[in-house]
Amino acid sequence: MIDFQSIEQMLRDTEEQGLPLWENIQLSDCRQQDISREASWKKMSGLLEAMIQADESYREEDRSNSGLTGGDGGRMTRYGRQTGEDSLCGAFFSEVIAGALRMGECNACMKRIVAAPTAGACGVLPAVLLPCRRRYGLSDEALVQALYIASGFGMIIAERACIAGAEGGCQAEIGSAAAMAAPALVFLQGGAPGQMAQACAMAVKNLLGLVCDPVGGLVEVPCVKRNVIGAMDALSAAQMALAGIESRVPPDEVLDAMRWVGQSLPATLRETGQGGLAVTPFGQQYRPEGMEGA
Amino acid sequence: MNLFDIMGPIMVGPSSSHTAGAARIGRVARSLLGEEPREAELRLHGSFASTGKGHGTHQALIAGLLGLAPDDPRLPDSFRLAEERGLRFTFDTCTIRDAHPNSVLIRVTGKSGRTVEMGGASLGGGRVRVFEVDGMACTFSGELPTLVIHNTDQPGCVSHAAGALAQGGVNVATLQLNRGSRGGLAVMVIECDKAVPPQVVEEIRSLKAIQRVTCYIPEGQEATA
Ligand code: SF4
Repeated sequence: MIDFQSIEQMLRDTEEQGLPLWENIQLSDCRQQDISREASWKKMSGLLEAMIQADESYREEDRSNSGLTGGDGGRMTRYGRQTGEDSLCGAFFSEVIAGALRMGECNACMKRIVAAPTAGACGVLPAVLLPCRRRYGLSDEALVQALYIASGFGMIIAERACIAGAEGGCQAEIGSAAAMAAPALVFLQGGAPGQMAQACAMAVKNLLGLVCDPVGGLVEVPCVKRNVIGAMDALSAAQMALAGIESRVPPDEVLDAMRWVGQSLPATLRETGQGGLAVTPFGQQYRPEGMEGA
Repeated sequence: MNLFDIMGPIMVGPSSSHTAGAARIGRVARSLLGEEPREAELRLHGSFASTGKGHGTHQALIAGLLGLAPDDPRLPDSFRLAEERGLRFTFDTCTIRDAHPNSVLIRVTGKSGRTVEMGGASLGGGRVRVFEVDGMACTFSGELPTLVIHNTDQPGCVSHAAGALAQGGVNVATLQLNRGSRGGLAVMVIECDKAVPPQVVEEIRSLKAIQRVTCYIPEGQEATA
């Protein structure tokens, strides 16, 4: 378990130590796990490398076992290139949307991905980090530091709320991924730790209550496209935080609300494939026989 | 929980419970067998049975039996790999009373004819639990080196095994005892802090009441002795 029980405590401790936030997160985890900083850094760099490789492994012609998934990442990538800045969302956002779709599809098509925090939400972090890397020429070092920031906030979300769809609905997966990505983006833009906390809180709030209702109980529909909204949520929350906008509800209280909302969600909307999109006439066609909770 | 439970693992999709966890269960069965598997019967329960197909659970289990890690890109291709390596397998469904929804029973036979039966459950996030070995209930996570000892239920077996481990300098993390109903057969599951050297396993085997010792070593923790 990490040393920090709350975002507030993490920020206070970091200030007292006089360390950059990413470094304090790394040190705290090394202490807990009894591993060296070099070993920890190597592992985190490996995760970044694996994200990059996963994105490169995408093939437009790949289809998932169920046939529900495939091709949309390629479609979006082409559309983004053709339309450039003239499209509704502009070139950068097109790239983000395409990246999220590609990674979500890679996961559904049994490619090697990085669960962040879960496999279903694996597209959110790379979808925002990799386009930023290209756009701002970011070093791998800065990106690995950003992954420490994201994991530090993720740990507190896991402790105070949850990160499993079966426990807390999709707010816990896509919502958590967005809430990890948002502070990482603030960090990469040179924002202060306080702004990172605000970005995290706003990202959570804006997806609070999102249900987990996968068609056929499979991590495909709506999961793949929800990675897009997770990435967009992270970018907009980070942008607001960088502008000095704050969540009126303090960040830790937002996480507590997330836990309560998760607990209040009926089981049908927590990865059982028995509610929401899963029980639409379309979804029913994929409903497995005698399916119990997943 | 640590940072790398949040960021990571690196795995072949689509599901940490139905794919990554399934591969780990297969790998535990292979390790318990201790040799190249030739034949495997797998029976899926609950959500493994109903949504396994869409999640690649079948391929993942076979990949694990072949020794592939959950992040091995060859995982989706494991059926072809099994054919190349001479592993025949069958899948069926079953209902296991009170079992976790993501459970499987595996009966695997190795090239020497040795057979192991194991029940495993995937708990989420890629973590697994073995709940049965050779018809006897037990519990271990597969994260630590583990000895599964079958013995006749008589005094001295536990102290013999514990003594051999102590002499070999192996610290015991957890110890469970279960007495089956079948003719006084008991099973001891010992999770250890480090891999058990082969001579210690031999020493444990030397007691007459001990019928069988199965040694499970997690990935990347092979004995250094
Ligand atoms: S809908 Fe459920 S399975 Fe899909 S990404 Fe969200 S939490 Fe995960």
